[in-house]
Amino acid sequence: MIIFLVIPICMVIGYSFVDNAVVSHTPKFVGFANYVELFKDTKFWNACSNTIIFVVVSVVAHIVLGMIFALLLNSNHFTGKTKTFARVIYILPWIFTASVVAILWKLMLQPGGIVNYLLSFLSNVSKNTEWLSNKHIALAVICFINIWCGYPFYMVSILAGLQGIREDLYESAALDGATSSKAFFHITIPQLRPILISIAMLDFIWTLQSFNVVWMLTGGGPVNATETLSIYIYKLAFQKVDYSMASTVATVLLVVCVIVAIFYVKQQKKARE
Amino acid sequence: MVGGHSKSTKTLQAILLVIGGIFAGFPILWMICSSFKSNAAIFSWPPKLIDSTFSFHSFTAVLTDASKVRFFLNSYIVAGCVVILTLFIGILAAYAFSRFDFPGKTFFNSLIVSVQAIPPIVLMIPYMSMIVAMKLFNTYWALILTYLIITLPYCILMMTGYFDTLSKELDDAVMIDGGSRWKALWSVLVPISIPGMVSVGMYTFMQAWNEYLFALVLTQTNDMRTVPIGINLLMGQHAYDWSQMMAMSVLGSIPVLILFVFFQKYFIAGMSAGGVKG
Repeated sequence: MIIFLVIPICMVIGYSFVDNAVVSHTPKFVGFANYVELFKDTKFWNACSNTIIFVVVSVVAHIVLGMIFALLLNSNHFTGKTKTFARVIYILPWIFTASVVAILWKLMLQPGGIVNYLLSFLSNVSKNTEWLSNKHIALAVICFINIWCGYPFYMVSILAGLQGIREDLYESAALDGATSSKAFFHITIPQLRPILISIAMLDFIWTLQSFNVVWMLTGGGPVNATETLSIYIYKLAFQKVDYSMASTVATVLLVVCVIVAIFYVKQQKKARE
Repeated sequence: MVGGHSKSTKTLQAILLVIGGIFAGFPILWMICSSFKSNAAIFSWPPKLIDSTFSFHSFTAVLTDASKVRFFLNSYIVAGCVVILTLFIGILAAYAFSRFDFPGKTFFNSLIVSVQAIPPIVLMIPYMSMIVAMKLFNTYWALILTYLIITLPYCILMMTGYFDTLSKELDDAVMIDGGSRWKALWSVLVPISIPGMVSVGMYTFMQAWNEYLFALVLTQTNDMRTVPIGINLLMGQHAYDWSQMMAMSVLGSIPVLILFVFFQKYFIAGMSAGGVKG
C-alpha cells in the first residue's frame, strides 16, 4: 500500500519542482517556477473552468435526479414488483464500463442517429446536428452523458436513506395538516442531510478526477472545449512528454481533492456521532 | 412516501416512473438492437428498433476473431485473479482485524478515503515508471496489483464488519475441539459469511472488469489489452463498424449484467455500503 500510494505521490510532488523530470537524468531543481508558468497558462485556466462547470452541473444533477428517482422508487403508490423492476432499470446505466457508455452515446449522437431523430419531433433539430464536434454544446453534452451514467449510485444511496426515515414522522406531520411539499422540506430533506452532504462531496471528488468518459467521447476537443484537468494532465504527460508540467497540474488537482476529502472525513465522523 | 394519496398524484408519479425508465433504459435497448442490425442499416432513416437485417452476424464476427476473443480472455483472467486474491487476502486481514486488537477500523476507513481522494491520473506518471522498473509493464501482474490496491481496502473493511457480527465463541468452540484458528476461519466463519463475500466479490469483479485508465497506460500490446480498451480500439481500427462495436459492448457488459440481475440484492447492498466506484 505504502509502495503503491505514498511513494508515487511523493514522486509527483517532487517532479513538480524540477525541470525535465523523468526525461533527463540530471533534472534541475527549479522551485516554484513550474507553478508560476502554469498559472500564466491560459490552457490551464480553460481546463479549470471546464472542470468546474462539469463538476458543478454533474453533482447538482446527480443529486436532484437521484432524489426524484429515489422518491419514485420509495412511493407507496406502486406495488413491490413494479418498484423492483423499475429499480433494476434505473440502476442499469451505472453498471456499464466507460468505453461502452462512450461508444453507445457516440452512436446515438451521430448525425442521422437516433437522438436527432427523436428530437426532430420536439423541435427543429436537424438530422445532421453534430453534438460532440460543436464547441458550444460539446461540454453540455458531456455533462449530460456523465449525468446519465452516474446518477444511479446517488439514487441508491438516497433510497437507502429514505427507507431509514421513520414513518411516524410523516404520520404526525399529516395529522398536523402538513402538505406533502411541506413534509418533504421539513422532514425528508433534514433527515437526509448527512447523506446528501456525504454523497455530494464524494461525487465532487470523483467527477473532479473523471477521465474515461470524456477522453473517449471527445478527447478534450473540439478545440479544447471539453478539456478537463484530468485530460490536460494526460495530454501533457503522455502526448507532450512534459512530465514536470504534468506533475505540477497533478499536484494542484491532488491538493484540491485532498482538501475535499478531509471535509468528507470530518462529515462522516460527525454523521456517526 | 410523502403524503398525497389522490389519484392525480398517482398518475403523475406513474408518468414520471415511465419517463425515468425510458431515460435510463432506452440507450441500452438501442445498443442491444443495434448489435443485431447490419452495419449499413444502423443509420437508416427513420430508425427502427428491429429491422429486416436482424441477425447474429456481428456477434459471430466478434467471437470468431481471435484478437477480440483475447480481450475477453484477458479481462476474465485479470478480473478473476483480482477477485480471488482480494477475497483471500481480504478475509485473512479482516479476520486479524476482527479477532485481534488493531487500530484497524479507523485506519482502513481513512485508507479507503485516501484511495478515493487521489486522482488516478495523478498516480499515473510515477506509477508508470515504477511498473516499468519492476519489469511488470505490459503484464497481467501490473493490472492485478493495481486493482488489488483499489479493491482491498473496501473488502477488508466490509469483511471486518461482517466478522465482527459473528460471535467469538464460534472460534473458541472449534479450538476447544482441537482445531486451529486457521480451521475456525475457513470451516466456520467463511461459510457463514458467504452473503458478504458474494457482495464484495461482485463489487471487486465489476471494478476490475470495467477499469479503463490503468489498463490503457499499463498495457501496450493487443494481446494484453482488456475488454474496455478493446472496445475503444475498435473505434480507431475499423471504419466505424458500429454493429460490431455494439455487439462487443453487449458481450463486454454481459458478465456484470448477469451478476447484477441475479444478485441484485447483494449488489445494491454493496453499492450503498460502499462509497466505492468502478
